Amino acid sequence: MSYLRMAGQFVVIAALFAAVAAFSDAPVYRQTPRGSAIVMLTFVHSADRKADCRRLTPEEIQKLPPNMRRVTECPRGRRPIYVELDLGGRRVFQASLAPAGIAGDGPSKVYERFVVPAGNHDIAVRMRDTPRTEGFDHERRGTVTLSPDQMFVIDFRPENGDFVFR
Amino acid sequence: MIGAIRGTLRFGFEFIERPFERLFGAQLNPLAQLGALGFFFFWIVTVSGIYLFAFFDTGIERAFESVEYISREQWFHAGVMRSLHRYAADLMVVMITVHLLRQFAYDQYRGVRWFSWFTGLPMIWLLYGSGITGYWLVWDRLAQYVAIVSSELLDRLPIFGEPIARNFISTGTLTSRFFTLMVFMHIAVPLFLLFVMWVHILRISRPKVNPPRMLAAMTLLALIGVSLWKPALSQGHVDLTKAAVEVGLDWFYLPLYPLTDSWGRGGVWVFLGAFSLMIGLMPWLPPLRRARAAQVDLAHCNGCARCSEDCPYEAIRMVRRSDGLPFPTQAQDSASLCTSCGICVGSCPSSTPFRRSEELKTGIDLPDFDLKTLRERTIEAAKALSGPNRVLVFACDHGGGRGVVGAVHLPCVAMTPPSLLDYVLSRDLADGVAIAGCAESACFNRLGIVWTKQRIAAARDPYLRARVPRERIATVWASTLETRRVTAAIAAFVQRIAALPHKKLRSPQAASAAFVQPHTPPVSTEAGSAP
Repeated sequence: MSYLRMAGQFVVIAALFAAVAAFSDAPVYRQTPRGSAIVMLTFVHSADRKADCRRLTPEEIQKLPPNMRRVTECPRGRRPIYVELDLGGRRVFQASLAPAGIAGDGPSKVYERFVVPAGNHDIAVRMRDTPRTEGFDHERRGTVTLSPDQMFVIDFRPENGDFVFR
Repeated sequence: MIGAIRGTLRFGFEFIERPFERLFGAQLNPLAQLGALGFFFFWIVTVSGIYLFAFFDTGIERAFESVEYISREQWFHAGVMRSLHRYAADLMVVMITVHLLRQFAYDQYRGVRWFSWFTGLPMIWLLYGSGITGYWLVWDRLAQYVAIVSSELLDRLPIFGEPIARNFISTGTLTSRFFTLMVFMHIAVPLFLLFVMWVHILRISRPKVNPPRMLAAMTLLALIGVSLWKPALSQGHVDLTKAAVEVGLDWFYLPLYPLTDSWGRGGVWVFLGAFSLMIGLMPWLPPLRRARAAQVDLAHCNGCARCSEDCPYEAIRMVRRSDGLPFPTQAQDSASLCTSCGICVGSCPSSTPFRRSEELKTGIDLPDFDLKTLRERTIEAAKALSGPNRVLVFACDHGGGRGVVGAVHLPCVAMTPPSLLDYVLSRDLADGVAIAGCAESACFNRLGIVWTKQRIAAARDPYLRARVPRERIATVWASTLETRRVTAAIAAFVQRIAALPHKKLRSPQAASAAFVQPHTPPVSTEAGSAP
């Protein structure tokens, strides 16, 4: 095999590999427009049970196997959580979040992102996780200044019982 | 519809393969070594990965710094290894994609070949799983993007209780254990990939798992050169307070990630499911209708194992003799693996048209196109020849000779027993024999060209007898696009044999006494080249 032919073969292989290397990190992908930020609404929270726990009668307790006797009976299923999010006075999200799990006894969860222009924004988030049908159990308002590409997270901490902005 | 797509793709491959074959030769043509190169790149990824692991720190704070140390301060060895690791992994994707398209274009995925096609599907998933878990480990801005989009995709499935993606949107939720888990995944998934790669080639005889040394050396050198020219680098430390909205994507591994923004995560999963389903079902869309499988005739089988050696699909195995004849083994054909290519017929020493038995039979034969029929078609085709320089053509159904009028058409030219060439010339049925097969680097039945060459060169059983004048035999290997080249090569061959002295072949009896050593140097028989 002539050296010239070998050189030609090498050049073709190297050119193909160079093209592969070039596409391994280019062209650059931009997920959101320049000058925008992301507001993320995400939390995992269990609402109240669908019904209150009920005290069992002595007869009902007697009927249970001795090793499974308990005083109260609590239904597994949980209520859905109702959530609203306003950005700049505009409603961008409202949903009734169903509980997870086949029996509907898991927590409700939300993971939503909103692309907004960088700058000042009035944020209001509200949640209802009890049997009430009017009003809200948790609510937080605030004005935040978002820088370009900032990830602003709205979370809910059940241990504090309130929304967290970070 | 599928046939039209396949035909267009085949045209494209045959169009670009010819210049590749001219430059590289049939042996080194990368397009004929895609699977072997895929294995080669896997080993490069493995070796470079083991090397990098010695420097990598799985701590949440140290992962990025350790990769930076590898790439910046130790660029001359570990940095090069990182680039080799990245680019070889990218090239695996390229090899697998082109390999898949090529198998589809040449219709080498239906019928009994479904197994290799089907097992290629989990390989794709595992390859992507290997690559994507690797990108998490660097823990740079790209890793942040990959981590969030990957976990958002997983969260779309009704499997996980809490959204995994929540771990990547604020600091303090991740621990070093996460990186330990990812390292484990990045090792376990490729190991499983290797296992599936082994399964993938189980039903193939003599699979090409190593490229020729020259091609391997050039590949490695070129890869090192590219690694030095464009080292793989990180894209800045993860910052979970900022969204990773602008990243240099690896478009080989992450082409679907941007689609989550336009199609949604559910749309991407639907696409992936539909793609996998389509790939999985393709061997049966529509099913390949092929001739009946080869059948062994024990009365003519002496258990020599040549058919088993030559079968490209592992369809024939040797088993204990069952008919009481004094041979230890007999051939056994598996109909579920046989493609009816006829290579076994050409390899059987009983396949000799000189046999005077009332009905020509051989040890293994195709029920729909048996040796007797082949001899009859040969005699018929020879009768139609006229003139002083008669050339009889044996043409493969899948190559450039498939349109040659008056040729004896075969599912593979290696179905022609060497003794049939002897028969044609010694019985004066023709003055020359031309064998027109597939393009040399795209043999439809994988080994048909190699076996034909070796048999003519008396380097493989059954040999073409020494008494057969090699200058009266020509081979031309051409794709279906090269029908003109086949015609020109045959015309040139006619001219060449016109210049030869009148042929004189000894009788078979006399010739057998003068049988020569098996490794007689082959005579160049390529049509179109100088004799």
